[in-house]
Amino acid sequence: MSKPLKQIHLAAHFPGVNNTTVWSDPRAGSHIAFDSFVHFARTAERAKFDFLFLAEGLRLREQGGRIYDLDVVGRPDTFTVLAALAAVTDRLGLTGTINSTFNEPYEVARQFASLDHLSDGRSAWNVVTSWDAFTGENFRRGGFLPQDERYSRAKEFLATAHELFDSWQGDEIVADQATGTFLRDAQAGAFVHHGKHFDIHGRFNVPRSPQGRPVIFQAGDSDEGREFAAAEADAIFSRYGTLEAGQAFYTDVKSRLAKYGRRPDQLLILPAATFALADTDAEAEELAREVRRQQVSGATALKHLEFVWNRDLSGYDPEGPLPDVDPDVDTDHIARGRAQVRMYRDPLATAREWRELAAANNWSIRDLVIHTGNRQNFVGSPSTIAKTLNEYVQADASDGFILVPHITPTGLDEFADKVVPLLQEQGVFRTDYEGTTLRDHLGLAHPDETREHRAAS
Amino acid sequence: MSPSSANPATASERPASALHLAVALDGTGWHPASWREPVARPRDLFTARYWADLVTEAEHGLLDFVTLEDGLGPQSSHFLDPDERTDQVRGRLDAVLVASRVAPLTRHIGLVPTVVATHTEPFHISKAIATLDYVSTGRAGLRVQITARPNEAAHFGRRTLERIDSYDPPLPPVVSELFDEAADHVEVVRRLWDSWEDDAEIRDVATGRFIDRDKLHYIDFQGRHFSVKGPSITPRPPQGQPLVTALAHATVPYRLVARAADVGYVTPHDAGQARAIVAEIRAEQDAAGRSAEPLHVFGDLVVFLDDDPGAARARRERLDALAGEPYTSDALVFTGTPAQLADQLQELQSAGLTGFRLRPAVAGHDLPAITRGLVPELQRRGAFRRAYEADTLRGLLGLARPANRYAAA
Repeated sequence: MSKPLKQIHLAAHFPGVNNTTVWSDPRAGSHIAFDSFVHFARTAERAKFDFLFLAEGLRLREQGGRIYDLDVVGRPDTFTVLAALAAVTDRLGLTGTINSTFNEPYEVARQFASLDHLSDGRSAWNVVTSWDAFTGENFRRGGFLPQDERYSRAKEFLATAHELFDSWQGDEIVADQATGTFLRDAQAGAFVHHGKHFDIHGRFNVPRSPQGRPVIFQAGDSDEGREFAAAEADAIFSRYGTLEAGQAFYTDVKSRLAKYGRRPDQLLILPAATFALADTDAEAEELAREVRRQQVSGATALKHLEFVWNRDLSGYDPEGPLPDVDPDVDTDHIARGRAQVRMYRDPLATAREWRELAAANNWSIRDLVIHTGNRQNFVGSPSTIAKTLNEYVQADASDGFILVPHITPTGLDEFADKVVPLLQEQGVFRTDYEGTTLRDHLGLAHPDETREHRAAS
Repeated sequence: MSPSSANPATASERPASALHLAVALDGTGWHPASWREPVARPRDLFTARYWADLVTEAEHGLLDFVTLEDGLGPQSSHFLDPDERTDQVRGRLDAVLVASRVAPLTRHIGLVPTVVATHTEPFHISKAIATLDYVSTGRAGLRVQITARPNEAAHFGRRTLERIDSYDPPLPPVVSELFDEAADHVEVVRRLWDSWEDDAEIRDVATGRFIDRDKLHYIDFQGRHFSVKGPSITPRPPQGQPLVTALAHATVPYRLVARAADVGYVTPHDAGQARAIVAEIRAEQDAAGRSAEPLHVFGDLVVFLDDDPGAARARRERLDALAGEPYTSDALVFTGTPAQLADQLQELQSAGLTGFRLRPAVAGHDLPAITRGLVPELQRRGAFRRAYEADTLRGLLGLARPANRYAAA
C-alpha cells in the first residue's frame, strides 16, 4: 500500500538583507517602497501560496567597525507593512518575525491580535530571540539578557502572550443596543502572570481574534530551539533545504513531539529554499552560476572570508589566493549583528580546510566563497523543479518550502506562472484556497479545538 | 524647496480665511453611549471594514487627517483607574496597525495614530511611523500621549507609577517627568527618521556598494530614560519627518507642543481662552528658538451636529439619558447645526487657531454631518479646500519637507 501524497505548503520570503538578494540586477526594484510588497504579495496570492514571510533585524550590521554596505540595507517595520498588505490581499497568510528580547508581551500580543483581526485571521508570528548588547544599544534595556537565558525568556514571553490571547474567550462582546450591555463579563481580558522574566497583571484590551492566537513559527536551530519548537510552535522555518539534511532535521524534530502530547502533523517543517528557474535544465544551470557570481562580488567575497578570518582582509585581491595568515581567534568578532559567523566554531580548522580546497581546485578567494556558500536549492526547468520539490516533500525532507527569490519584487513571478501549475496538475498543491485563515491553509486546528482535545485526552 | 519662514496661518498660497480640519476617531464616537445609536455598528468595531468606512468618509470630506485614539489598557470611565463597567465599549485595536490597514484604501487623507510614549520603545515607534509613511506614500503622522495610569504600568511590569489624583495643574512631579520622557521619545523618533539621508541608497554596481554609509548616521541619544544608538533600520520616510502632534491642556504639555510638535491640539472654550493659549504656545515656541518653524495650533471640539438645532440637542439628551449622566469633556462640546459650528470655528480661528480637530459624538452620525454639512458650509464661505491640493500630509498643512539635520549643508 502506498502512502497518500502529502500536500505541499508553499510560502514566499520577501527578499531581504542577505547577499542572496541580487540588487545589482537591472530588474531589481525598491526594497522599501510599498509597491514592491504589493507586487510580491499579490504574486504569492495569485499562486495560492500559504503565506508571505518577513524577516526582521533591529540593528544594521557592521563589519570592521562600519555599517555593512554591500548587501541590501534597510527594511520596513514588520507589523506595519503586514497590516497594510492585509488590505491588498484576501487569503494570503501574513507571517512576521518579531524579536522576543527587545519587546514586551502586552504590546506584542496586542499587535498580533490586532493584525489577526485586521486580516480576518491570517497572522503568524515567527518568534526569534537575541541577546547581544550590540542590538540592545537601540533599546531601553540595552544588552540585559545573558545568552543562556534567551530561550527561557522567549518561552516565558510566548507563554505570557498566550495567556493574553486567551484572556478573552470570544463571546464577551454582546453589544446589545436595546439593553445597553456591551460586555457580558466585566472581567474580560483579566490576566495575572508572575514569572522569572515577567511579572504583570491587569486586563488585555484586544478581544479574541479570528484565529484565537497567531500561528507560531520558530526558527532557531540549536537543541534548545528545536525543543522549544516541538513544545510550542506550529511551524519551523528551517535552514535545511537539501534532501539528506532536511530528512535528518525532519526526523529529529518530529520525533520530539510525542513527549508534548502532539502529533507529527501539528508541527510543519518549512525550510527556506532558493531556486534558479529557466526554460531548460541547461539554461537553469547557467543561470544558477551567473546568479551565484552576482551574489558574491569580489568585495563580498573578501567580507565573507573575514567572517572566518576575523581580520581586515581589504588589502587582498579577491581574484587571488587565500591569505597565508591565520584567523584571529583572540579578539571580538569583526562582524556584528550577523548570526552566521557563529557557524564557524573552529575558524583555524575551517581556514585550513578552505586553503586545501582552494589549492586543489585552483580557486581564487571569490571562487572559494561561491563554491562553499549555499548553491540554489532548486535548479532546473519548471518540470524539473516541480518534480524535485515534490520528491523532497514526499520523502519527508520537509512539509513544503519558504521560497526566497533573488530579485525584488518580481523574482517569484516565473515560479508562480510555470512551476505552481505543474504542482497543481500533480495533485500536490491546492488550485484554490479552501479556507479563509492561515490555520486553514496550514491544516492547523484552532487553539480552542486543540485545548478541548488535550483536555479530553 | 526651502523651509517656510511663515506660520501656516499666513502662508500665502492659501486664502487667509482657510482653516484645517481633522477628525478624531475613537470607537463608535466620543459619547460613552454612542454605541447604542442605530448607526453605530458596535459589533463591527474590531473589523477593518469599519475603520475603512470611517476614514473613507473623512476623505470624501477632503479633511486634512484623522487621528485614531489608542491606549495600553481598556477604556475606563475614570481618568486614572480602570473600571468594571459592562455598558460601554471596551477593547480596541492597535491604532498604528488600523492606520496602516486603511492606508492602501485611501489616497489623500493623513493618518495620525496615537502612540503612547510611556511604555514603548522609540526605536520601534520610529520605524512603525516611517513605514506607515511608506505604505501611505507620505500621509503619516503620530499623536504622542503619556499615561500615568498605574494599572497600565502593571501591564508592562517594568516600573511602578505612583498613583496621582488628577492631571490638573499644578502637575504632579510624576506627570512632568512623563512629559519629559515623552519629549525625549519624540526627539529619538525624529532623529531616527533623519538617520538616513535621502540619497543614502546608491546601488553602485561598480564598487558593489548598496548604500553610501557616510550618509547613515548614529543618533547617539543619551537620556535619563533611555539611550538609543541608531541608525534606524528603515530609510528616511517620504515626508522626511512625518507629522508629530500632541494634545495639551497645561503649560508643561504646551511646552512639548512648542518644542517638538507640528500640530498641537488645545481645548479653549471660547475665543478669549484660545487667544491666551495660542499666546502661551507661541511664547514657548520663541523661547525654544523655533519661531521660524511652522506650528499649527488646532482647537479640539466635541460635536453633535444636525440640520435642526433642536434635533442635535434632543440627540445629546437621549444619549445622556442612556449613559445615566450628562456628557462632559475637556474640550468644548458643541451642539447645533453645521452653519452654527462654522460660525463658532471661524470665531475661534480669529483668535489664532489654524485648524480644528473635531471629535464626533457619534461617529456614524456626526462624521457624515461634518463631511456633508460642515465642509460644504465652510467651502461656501471660502474657508475650506474644494479639492486636495497636495500629495502628502505635510503638504496639506503647508509644511515644507524638512532638511535632514544630519546632512552636510
